[in-house]
Amino acid sequence: MNEPQMNTEAPLLAAKGICKFFGAVTALRDVDLELWPGEVLGVVGDNGAGKSTLMKVLSGLHPQSEGTLIFDGKPVSFASPREARDLGIEMVYQDLALAGNMNIAENIYLGREPTRKVLGGALTLFDHRTGIRMAKKHLENLRIHVKSVEQKVEELSGGQRQAVAIARSIAFDARLVIMDEPTAALAVKEVGKVLDLIVDLKKRGISVVIISHRMDDIFYVCDRVMALYHGSNFAEARLKDTSRGEVIGWIMGTKEKVESVAHDRVS
Amino acid sequence: MTASPENSGIESPESMQKLPLGVRLIPFFDRYGILIVIVAMGAVMWALQPDVFLSWRNITNIFKQTAANGMLSIGMFVVILTAGIDLSVGSVLALGMMTLAVSNAAGVPWPVALALSPMMGLAAGFVNGIGITKLRMPHPFIMTLGMLFMARGLANLISGGVPYSGLPDPIRFLGSARIYLGEFDGTRINLPVVFLFTILVYFLFWILLEHTVFGRRVYAIGGNPEAARVSGINVDRTLIIVYAICGFMAGIAGLIMAGRTNSGFPNAGTGMELEAIAAVIIGGASFFGGRGQVLGIFGGVLIMGLIKNGLNLNNVSTFWQQILIGAIIVLAVFIDVLRRDLGTRH
Repeated sequence: MNEPQMNTEAPLLAAKGICKFFGAVTALRDVDLELWPGEVLGVVGDNGAGKSTLMKVLSGLHPQSEGTLIFDGKPVSFASPREARDLGIEMVYQDLALAGNMNIAENIYLGREPTRKVLGGALTLFDHRTGIRMAKKHLENLRIHVKSVEQKVEELSGGQRQAVAIARSIAFDARLVIMDEPTAALAVKEVGKVLDLIVDLKKRGISVVIISHRMDDIFYVCDRVMALYHGSNFAEARLKDTSRGEVIGWIMGTKEKVESVAHDRVS
Repeated sequence: MTASPENSGIESPESMQKLPLGVRLIPFFDRYGILIVIVAMGAVMWALQPDVFLSWRNITNIFKQTAANGMLSIGMFVVILTAGIDLSVGSVLALGMMTLAVSNAAGVPWPVALALSPMMGLAAGFVNGIGITKLRMPHPFIMTLGMLFMARGLANLISGGVPYSGLPDPIRFLGSARIYLGEFDGTRINLPVVFLFTILVYFLFWILLEHTVFGRRVYAIGGNPEAARVSGINVDRTLIIVYAICGFMAGIAGLIMAGRTNSGFPNAGTGMELEAIAAVIIGGASFFGGRGQVLGIFGGVLIMGLIKNGLNLNNVSTFWQQILIGAIIVLAVFIDVLRRDLGTRH
């Protein structure tokens, strides 16, 4: 299953032999993952298969117990999400990780706030106006429409929040965005808009890793899909070489076609 | 894989034009509600005591009496913004005050003695912050409850449990000095220094919370600590600074109270942590963090001061003051609950 892809380039990110132990529990065992520039990779697996743990390793939230990460041809290790982010690896969390009491602009630049100096450089202030201007431009650029970037995030719909979370992830030269169930909490009519936004990232040359339970999402945005089962690599394929039935089989730990089950799962 | 870029936007929900009047008035009351309450209270008190209440002497008295609570409350506000609580501020006030009084009596030069009160407060707040973050206390309540006892005990220990009176003028300056403005209608008009100081402190806290990166991060931590953490904000360090600020302000309150009473007494500030929390809640801050404005807290402090002053002027017993303040706390939070219901039901 590990056929070489796009031989002309090196992968943007390669994870080799990743293991993650939590006490006596083995969450990940010898997991390999490769991601190419501008590629959208879907990661599937049942609950507890290790998807979220793997994403947290890649984004620097939980350092791996064993194994190596190679980003842009160089071995890297992350002590915190900030170090991963400095390299251009961003994560969009399932619970969105936005502060509802703050406005859209402040959320987009949280942790990387624009500032201005006053009193001859003696005092550094948060620059509300620049933040608002930058956020407006950034969202327009992504064709995300909100009433105002000064709206509080808690006033937004689920889809708008997801859009803000994604906009936030690519506000500063992101090269890889990891998304954990980006459509799980959304109303049906908002799912398509978020998926189109992901396709838009790909067009900008940003690589995306997306965890999703929804086959519709996987088959709409991904180039390739890989399955984890009980914390290990189970299978992977380019999207054009597989089918929904097969991928659902992988999630359940079988490589046989399970069309009937597929119809039960994807209504 | 066909995505039309033109449609990839996320649109805002239906326009907000046709909201009921109650909902549209929410921002107005959020901004001016507390001002309306203060004016209404002032009007009632003026009607009851027309000769005394609006006299210059009484007005400046209110500010002198509320200044210490004002210092505690603004520090408490920063802590409550992070969804925390600091129960130790009353004891820390006493610790700062006694350190100042004892060291002064021991012959320490006044500039050092003066600085010792806020410095002791800063140290106590720093210890609170370390306990909450690095010792991983399950809730700030626990750590600051411990500090409440430790600081009170220490204040008693260093003073032998007895008051010290008589402080030099420079130390008393902040708490008791007045600026002579002139004579109007035969009365001498003086402006207490502590009034100007309170205004200055609240202005500086407004700058800190609304216009610095640190302040915005305090709000973010109160809104969603996880979001703050994954955004690369050093949450522990920010919290330590927040509790240190709160302790520092308690030390300033100790300095002001020492100046006003010309003494240090080890049971000073008993119960004042609850008054500070009350002022912050009445001032519109949310106990769940991330919500509230500096100006609102100023209003909360003023309301507390007006209640006490008004009831004192009308010879109402302090027991009624307690009942009234308790009722106002419940009412203020209930109004907030109603407001939120109204705000989320559209």
